[in-house]
Amino acid sequence: MTSDKTEVLIVGSGFGGAIAAYHLAAGGAKVTVLERGPWLESKDFDHDFLLGSSYTRAFDFVVGDGMSVLGGNCVGGGSVVYFAAMPRAPRFVFERHGSIGRRMWPAEITRDTLDPWYDRVSESIPVSQQDWNDVTYSGGLWAAACHHSGRTANPTPVAIDNAKCTNCNWMMGGCQFDAKRSLLTNYLPAALAHGATIRPLHEVQKIERTDDGGYRVHYNVIDDVDYRVHTESGSIEAKIVILAAGAGATPVILQRSEESLGKMPHGVGRYFSGNGERLNTAILNEDKVREVLGLSREDGLAYEANQIGKGPTVACWDRLDENLPEYSRYSMEQLYFPPGLGTILAQVPGGDAPTWFGKEKKEILKRWRSWLTIFLMTEDDNEGVFGSPPPTGNAFRVSQQMLGRGALKYDPTPNTLSGWAKADAEVKEIMEKDGLAKIAPWTNDVVGAYTVHPLASCRIGDDAGTSALHPNHELRDHPGIFVTDGSAVPGALTVNPAMTIAALAERAVPGIVKAAQNRGIDVKYGAPSPDGATSGRRGVTKLALSLAGD
Amino acid sequence: MTLEAYADTIVPGEKRHPDDHAIAGVSEGPGSVEAGAIELLETEATGVTAGLDFLVPMLNAHAKAYAEEHELALDPSLPEFVALSYEDRVQLIVKLTKNGHPEKDGWVSLALFCNMAFDSAPHLSTAQAIADGHPGLLAMGITKPDADGLWRFPNYSYGRQLAELHPDTTPSGSPA
Ligand SMILES: Cc1cc2nc3c(=O)[nH]c(=O)nc-3n(C[C@H](O)[C@H](O)[C@H](O)COP(=O)(O)OP(=O)(O)OC[C@H]3O[C@@H](n4cnc5c(N)ncnc54)[C@H](O)[C@@H]3O)c2cc1C
Repeated sequence: MTSDKTEVLIVGSGFGGAIAAYHLAAGGAKVTVLERGPWLESKDFDHDFLLGSSYTRAFDFVVGDGMSVLGGNCVGGGSVVYFAAMPRAPRFVFERHGSIGRRMWPAEITRDTLDPWYDRVSESIPVSQQDWNDVTYSGGLWAAACHHSGRTANPTPVAIDNAKCTNCNWMMGGCQFDAKRSLLTNYLPAALAHGATIRPLHEVQKIERTDDGGYRVHYNVIDDVDYRVHTESGSIEAKIVILAAGAGATPVILQRSEESLGKMPHGVGRYFSGNGERLNTAILNEDKVREVLGLSREDGLAYEANQIGKGPTVACWDRLDENLPEYSRYSMEQLYFPPGLGTILAQVPGGDAPTWFGKEKKEILKRWRSWLTIFLMTEDDNEGVFGSPPPTGNAFRVSQQMLGRGALKYDPTPNTLSGWAKADAEVKEIMEKDGLAKIAPWTNDVVGAYTVHPLASCRIGDDAGTSALHPNHELRDHPGIFVTDGSAVPGALTVNPAMTIAALAERAVPGIVKAAQNRGIDVKYGAPSPDGATSGRRGVTKLALSLAGD
Repeated sequence: MTLEAYADTIVPGEKRHPDDHAIAGVSEGPGSVEAGAIELLETEATGVTAGLDFLVPMLNAHAKAYAEEHELALDPSLPEFVALSYEDRVQLIVKLTKNGHPEKDGWVSLALFCNMAFDSAPHLSTAQAIADGHPGLLAMGITKPDADGLWRFPNYSYGRQLAELHPDTTPSGSPA
């Protein structure tokens, strides 16, 4: 058992953790980050499905009851495995009522007040708009299909350096070519340069209060190869604790800490949202792609390009219309999911049961190159609830890496189901028009609904009954503990969430700096972007002062 | 043999020899068994290996009960699950993997790995598996990597505008 001290202790090194780590370290605080996963570098990011390659080392897949969550498990968190689609959330999202029947976001947050923080992230990571030459065959096909049925379609803004991208489609296992702008290329190296310490393979278990009003954080050290094995344990004392373990893990740490910290706010481990996600697999008719859409590749093929590309490049935003009623707004984005994770849940379109395994399923696997996956992000009802925490981490680990069983329970309400059904029906209408394809949604029967965008399990809000955090991200009734990851986002966003998680984390920092100062830490707010750029900082200067309460 | 029959129900293949009982032989070309399902299940890293000793007798017990319920006569020289027809194997797996079945988790993870043996061969290095003619990766049409074992696609785009942009797109390229 080792024991240590720091000023600011951060749990998790994804968007929430890395952004806080950078600003606090740059401002002069002693920052320690505990990250449960390994610290991988470009050379470690394999093009390989072999168990033990980066594909299993960098991931955490937790099967719950009715919902499974896929997340990152390494230094850089979800940013290392994500597809780098970085749109801002549409204006109406911030006005949503969701399951509580009144506006669920804190009054002070709207798209307008968040935009300067989005700008900061955009400069820091950086995020750029794609043009049609960057759009992959699969994105182009989706755009053409949308157009053919009278819809618009947009190249999505991304955090990819297109000059370096080889369109290998292995980006989920990390980017060997450093084309993907993960946090390993911006906030984290900048945090290290300012003296932050990152300890990989340290899984935080619980938090307790110390006599001087600070906190002691307990961790296990995880074996580098077999994550089921813990090699030692220890604790660190800190004046400020920032939880950023992701929406599937942060509430579990707090639940486990309840015994020592005292009662948690009602919102901890409740109101989980899967961002309303659905995945549909279209199996294209190559002849129709050529005839109906007029598409063909340089090599003469019409499509057959499922293996080629870089994740989502095109989305249809026609249904992100603020005039539509809640639960009927969604985006439809083309996406790539590799085999292994991405084929078991695909169903035979129009087939007889069973549709996820068996003879006919094998036949569609043979047509894999002609698959096109459409990802729907709808408005769900925040119906996820975490049961009793497992003994360690956020799941009982089954496999050496990646696979575990967790305590999340998700039973979709009629609102969510109807949103899913509307979105499924629309994408079917687009993809099956004039015989272009046959399409079916992924089945929920096997591992429940499936999300790569867990949100809202410790959400910010104005009232204590339905939120876990104050609008400044401080845990209600537990001063000095902040949550800056996806769990703080109040509800589904109808688009990819990383940009919003990051903007909220940026927005939370001035308040955390102020709290740190109040606890005697010599720290200032005001660092430029990780690469030294300052226009984002200029954009938020006034806002930051008011958030810090000056 | 019982595990082979389970794997063959998830991704079926053709019989290896005329009296191959484990493989039902309902599909042309190799299936999960030839793709290495048993090797994968016996890879400790999956976390299911230790459980196989329990799952096999359980599966045969379920098959026996299924046969009794449906008044099927099973060949006594075979494990009960192997003695079932392909259609009956399918029906039993549907039942075992249904929501609410108390053993669902175990049967689903078995199915996951049987499927993965075919579609991603995680017991093998991918580039090598393709070079060696892995039947699942080949059936799916996964292409060979470059000489250094990495994939690159210099041609990847239709290279032209294929739809009108949403009218409310902001200068950042996001929805308004
Ligand atoms: C395959 C995939 C593709 C995606 N693509 C996109 C995309 O294109 N666009 C987009 O916007 N979003 C995408 N996402 C989602 C995005 O990655 C997440 O929304 C985002 O990373 C969440 O940020 P976070 O800070 O909440 O948590 P994370 O980034 O998940 O970081 C949490 C970190 O905490 C660590 N951790 C967990 N528990 C503990 C513990 N007990 N102790 C210590 N450390 C712990 C984890 O290992 C992880 O590193 C994708 C996700 C996946 C899985």
